Amino acid sequence: MRRRDFLQGVAAGTLTFFFATPLGAAPIVPTRPGTYPEDFNAYLKISADGRVSCLVGKVELVDMVLGDTDLCPWDMPTGGSLTMWHTAPVLRGAAAEARAVLLRMASKALGAPVSGLTLKDGAIWVKETPARRTTFGELVKGRKMERHLGKVKPKSLSDCTLIGRRVPRKDALAKVTGAAQYAGDLRMPGTLHACVLRPPAQGQTLVTADTSAAERVPGVRIVRDGTLLAVLHAQPDTARKALALALVKGTFEGPEPDVDDVRIYQYLVDKAAPGQRVVISRGDIAAGEKRAATVVEGEYRNAYESHATLEPHTSVAKWEEGRMTVWASTQSPFVFRDAVAEALKLGQDKVRIIAQFVGGGFGGKLVGPGAIEAARIARQVPGVPIQVAWNREEDLFLDGYRPAAVVKLRSGLDAGRGAITFWDSTVAGVSQGEAELCYDMQSNRYQAPTVPGLHPLKVGAWRAPNAHTNAFARESQLDALAAKAGLDPVTLRRRLITDARLLRLLDLAVETFGWEPAPGPTGRGIGLACGAWRQGLVVALAQVTVDKRTGRVKTERFLEAVDVGLVVNPDGARQQVEGAITMCIGQALSEEIHFKGGRILDKNFDTYLLPRFSAIPRIQVVFAGTDTSVTQGIGEPPVVPVAAALANAVFDATGARVTHVPFTPERVLAALKLVPAS
Amino acid sequence: MNATTSFTLNGKPVTVASPRDRMLVWVLRDELGLTGTKVGCEAGLCGACTVLVDFEAVLSCSTPLGDVAGKSVLTIEGLAHDGKLNPVQEAFQDHHAFQCGYCTSGMIMAAWAFLKKKPKATRTEIVEAMEGNICRCGAHVRILDAVETAGKAMGGAR
Ligand code: FES
Ligand code: FES
Repeated sequence: MRRRDFLQGVAAGTLTFFFATPLGAAPIVPTRPGTYPEDFNAYLKISADGRVSCLVGKVELVDMVLGDTDLCPWDMPTGGSLTMWHTAPVLRGAAAEARAVLLRMASKALGAPVSGLTLKDGAIWVKETPARRTTFGELVKGRKMERHLGKVKPKSLSDCTLIGRRVPRKDALAKVTGAAQYAGDLRMPGTLHACVLRPPAQGQTLVTADTSAAERVPGVRIVRDGTLLAVLHAQPDTARKALALALVKGTFEGPEPDVDDVRIYQYLVDKAAPGQRVVISRGDIAAGEKRAATVVEGEYRNAYESHATLEPHTSVAKWEEGRMTVWASTQSPFVFRDAVAEALKLGQDKVRIIAQFVGGGFGGKLVGPGAIEAARIARQVPGVPIQVAWNREEDLFLDGYRPAAVVKLRSGLDAGRGAITFWDSTVAGVSQGEAELCYDMQSNRYQAPTVPGLHPLKVGAWRAPNAHTNAFARESQLDALAAKAGLDPVTLRRRLITDARLLRLLDLAVETFGWEPAPGPTGRGIGLACGAWRQGLVVALAQVTVDKRTGRVKTERFLEAVDVGLVVNPDGARQQVEGAITMCIGQALSEEIHFKGGRILDKNFDTYLLPRFSAIPRIQVVFAGTDTSVTQGIGEPPVVPVAAALANAVFDATGARVTHVPFTPERVLAALKLVPAS
Repeated sequence: MNATTSFTLNGKPVTVASPRDRMLVWVLRDELGLTGTKVGCEAGLCGACTVLVDFEAVLSCSTPLGDVAGKSVLTIEGLAHDGKLNPVQEAFQDHHAFQCGYCTSGMIMAAWAFLKKKPKATRTEIVEAMEGNICRCGAHVRILDAVETAGKAMGGAR
């Protein structure tokens, strides 16, 4: 929606605040024109009934649901841990400015100076004579006002009553009573449930279909739009059954890559080789190598991993009077809107996305292939709401995975054991995101390929993309260097870290954990790793036990010290960190997509193994409490160092270096075999 | 014509016309409009669809309607009474024992069934009882805390 259209929708008697680029917020590079900075941002609205509303195009995956493309100003997706960074300063600025404007209006209405007024809970009164009062609603009534703000001067943090305190979650009641409505819970009259006929392998498309058997099932309708064929029925399970019983027979075409989950790593390395390019280059690697006294070579891998949100992708679409409305489980309503518009060759103003409660995203619901399917089908049956709810098999098959990757690393430490003389990475599968941390390296090179279509499977953004792969390699390699040089992991990092914030955080983590570091392996099973995501810094400490007979790793204890600047909602932030640690225990120990060609062998949670209660350690979270008004989002930073800390803990426990994520029992056993007998 | 099936749902008698081999979760969600019970795997692997049948936790995605004929079915919608939350719901609310909330109905139902029998459970016993329920958002630690708190509220103080 454009600003003009939006304004027409704003009722008279409303005070609306618009913002220019927020000062001090992250630089924003919109992917499309017509966006954040000047176009419009209406962030705060005070209506005649005195209600204050915030209009935010984000969705809240754990709290309120926002994000209606017709009602909210354009916004970036809810991803990259950018929400706090972008939105917090803007909203705080809007509130500050609104406050000032309302106080001025009240001063006039009440005939008292601003300095003599008190503002609280939607009302303003004269301090001395509280009976002389007015409300936001009364002040705003009958007027249509617009303010365009460039400067943001929020009240000082010490005056804030909510920031930094635990506040009860607004979604709690709805979630504990089952009333929270997710996309699949919408029950519009006349809804038809659509199940799409899938090819056996990713990337293949439908050629012919025989639907005669399905069509004999009472109530079944078949819709075909090009290569998309769906069975529709008023009952979701009946539509599904028609496919499960193979009542529709299709033939498909399309090449299948000659690769599987074992050969994928060599496949990536070979395919990447001709396209390798140096993307980070500092200092002279060859000269650094000559100065090195301790050299370590390592190859680190990670498998494809699914988002596996507990709620599979779900959308309901309805085509009516030339407009498409989609109620979706989405992290990014505006991306969905544009994608649906493009797929259906409609103008963006002809598509409306309404976000529902989202049953998990983690990057997986930044894109909406399911919403596009629902819209394509709905277009064929005007006026009928069409629900497309993927089942688990479809969700695992159609997800854009965390990319599999290989990181080859060579690096060296000088004789004084205080400087990295060279650090040389060659990578296939990911890019350099967050590869560098504030370590002093005399020379550093990172090579990664630009090879279009490198991955044989569909990949996407998985919570802190690239960063966890790079951190796993870097922090494992540092650990190996420290061990080989006879240093403990903390001492080596203290010598290398160039950033005071990270140093302080390291001390905080070590102290809180109560750890006396010693050169590994010590047998205690404690591992350290550091990581960053944008401005957010994390130090992780893991303690594990390893069953040397079965290869099973059990996480006993996990601590993260986190510096994300000002923590607006400490309990919410803590939940994010706890969740990230838990999720990444799965990433590190068990989650892996198994495949052969384009066929995804994991169909459900019996082989795609998420962490369950018995896998959960004692978790501790400490915040650095940095006194700054810059707030970095926290969805991603705590993900970054988890696998590395666990791998280093396995080394400390056993002397075995696990280099392949997930380190399943088989891989741990293989690593144990390589430990020299002492 | 389908034969009808009668059972007690959240304390009230219901009769439905669905086929007896239709899975209970679809009867609840689709036919009776109780969408608090969620679907995560349709294969008995995630616990999102947990409801109580005669006070036992069952996976409604894998329970045919015929199995509950004449029995008493309790879903998340039937836990609170006159706006008063059940102790497990209350503990989940207080501990913020969820992020996205998609697993929450199943978690609460599984915990309630377990605590009814064993309010004095140890942490290890709670872990075992909840092992079949998946939370992708990683709210596990809080869920365990909430179940412990609820157990205490139900007279299970140790
Ligand atoms: S949906 Fe029933 S166990 Fe997962
Ligand atoms: S809160 Fe999202 S799955 Fe548990």
